[in-house]
Amino acid sequence: MRGSDLELVQVTKRYGVTVAVNAINLRVKAGTYCCLLGPSGCGKSSTLRMIAGHEAVSEGDIILGPSNVTDLAPAQRGTAMMFQSYALFPHLSCVDNVAFSLKMRGVAKAERRKEAMRLLELVAMSSYAERLPAQLSGGQQQRVALARALITKPQILLLDEPLSALDPFLRIKMRAELKKLQKELGITFIHVTHGEDEAMALADLMVVMNQGLIEQAGTPREIFNAPATAFIARFIGGHNIVSDAAGAIAVRTDKLRLTKAVNGAARTAVVSDVEYQGSYVQVGLAADFAPELTANLSEAVFDAEPFNPGDTVAVSWNEADIHRLGTAA
Amino acid sequence: MREGRPASFYWLAAFFCLFLLFLYGPMIAIFALSFQGPTGGMTFPMNGISLHWFGRLWSGGGIVDIKSAFWRSLQLGLTVMVITMVFSVLAGLAFRKRFIGQNLLFYVTIASLIVPSIVTSLGIALQFRLFDEVVKAYAPGFIADTYSTAMGIFTSGLGAHLTWALPFGLLIMFAIFNRFDGRLEEAARDQGATPWQTFFHVILPVILPSLIGVGLFGFTLSWDEIARSSQAIGEKNTLPLELQALTSTVTTPEIYALGTVTTGVSFLVIGLALAGILFLRARQARHGSDAGKGLS
Repeated sequence: MRGSDLELVQVTKRYGVTVAVNAINLRVKAGTYCCLLGPSGCGKSSTLRMIAGHEAVSEGDIILGPSNVTDLAPAQRGTAMMFQSYALFPHLSCVDNVAFSLKMRGVAKAERRKEAMRLLELVAMSSYAERLPAQLSGGQQQRVALARALITKPQILLLDEPLSALDPFLRIKMRAELKKLQKELGITFIHVTHGEDEAMALADLMVVMNQGLIEQAGTPREIFNAPATAFIARFIGGHNIVSDAAGAIAVRTDKLRLTKAVNGAARTAVVSDVEYQGSYVQVGLAADFAPELTANLSEAVFDAEPFNPGDTVAVSWNEADIHRLGTAA
Repeated sequence: MREGRPASFYWLAAFFCLFLLFLYGPMIAIFALSFQGPTGGMTFPMNGISLHWFGRLWSGGGIVDIKSAFWRSLQLGLTVMVITMVFSVLAGLAFRKRFIGQNLLFYVTIASLIVPSIVTSLGIALQFRLFDEVVKAYAPGFIADTYSTAMGIFTSGLGAHLTWALPFGLLIMFAIFNRFDGRLEEAARDQGATPWQTFFHVILPVILPSLIGVGLFGFTLSWDEIARSSQAIGEKNTLPLELQALTSTVTTPEIYALGTVTTGVSFLVIGLALAGILFLRARQARHGSDAGKGLS
């Protein structure tokens, strides 16, 4: 039964007069790691909860494989959800938490515990099977929550900001484990996040949302190299947004060239700050042709021609590095 | 600045000790006097120490019908406890959703805490008397001829106690459900649990320790209630009412022995509830312990 594509057709969510999700269309191929990305309030969590069946759809359809699941109960859809801060049952041990869905279906105790132990093994938590959630660290709780979601053999695993409760070090570690697990299982993961680095690292399909709409969907590379709008260029970072005669353009911060200002230079700016970042040097610039301008120079390039705050520099870039933006957001 | 406590600490500590003495002194005095010797009177000094007055109480010698009053109060208290637990959970669940008349219902419920107890009691008595009149006047003969009153421990008395215990139970339940993480229910639903399964396997176990507290509260509120019982209890008295009546007629320490026994029952109920909560915790901790499993 595995391997169904997910399709959202004109899916809309209204809360009273506010439109949280505005007629979005999205197709997620089976086995994709999909990240829904956007600032808070952009509708990404509502979208996830509608796919899960925890939020009623105001309009539109959610199609999973051959069937329309819009009106099905959460457990009948072939989806499973991993909740933000995990929502483990505090009175049940890890193994009973994982075995919960089997218990609800009336599976015998020995059998359901065996299956739960297998899942705990998968997330390397079998030695903690008898502990209560309160006795586990955040990362361990997350693994148990993952096992509990996976025991229902979902076609799609839905993850609501799964890494936000972890400290930065653990976040990067768990990020890698999520990706590895998704590859092993071969099922679709839909992962809501507001961190563009998280989405870039994980996603096969990155869906950037803003104000209830999908601004752009594509691979992280497509989106980073060709952001559709100024909003996306700003949100994913690493871009300077500059207006020229024909409209707004984006130039990656690592494509800017800085030289000593000479008379007649097309664009000049004043260095406002210089930050050493290890592998590169970040130069903040104040210019009249763009509100904010940042140049990331490699250490070698910077050392060949160093600048100090207050210096006036000429700013240039190759025509090939210009990316023209759509309607400014 | 030197180590040690400021002078104000000792003043405040002394004041607090006086407050405790004021609070518990009377109870301790009655407790002590109930062990008065057979020839002792109702005031200090103690004239020997004995269980004489407890013996008198147990044999029912001096006081009429105190044992049956005790059992009546115990039954009523337990009934109030069960009803308070059931209805406060149901109402707590209902009030998590929005419904029409929600605020009105809430204020009407809480109002019975604010209205003076004696007024509530009189109102209930009046209502039952009206009901009695109607039955006597209009009911068919075979009922009306033998009918005297609908008032009694488990009708008007129970109602009077519930106007006291139930609103308290509700308020506690609201606080409990305020802290309840709704995502647990979503998680249960996600795992395929029906609403009933969600209630029995997730909601109830999580709130159970607090629910025991609510039951305890309901029992003790009923157990020592006087004002609301006074007009609405019907012809048979509860234990506190008997006790009150006895204060003017009994002139021996037997009444202190009775006070000690009733206080003891209150402590016993509290102790049982605490033991229940501790048992639940210990069972969870035992489940969760890694002791001896060789884990770091």
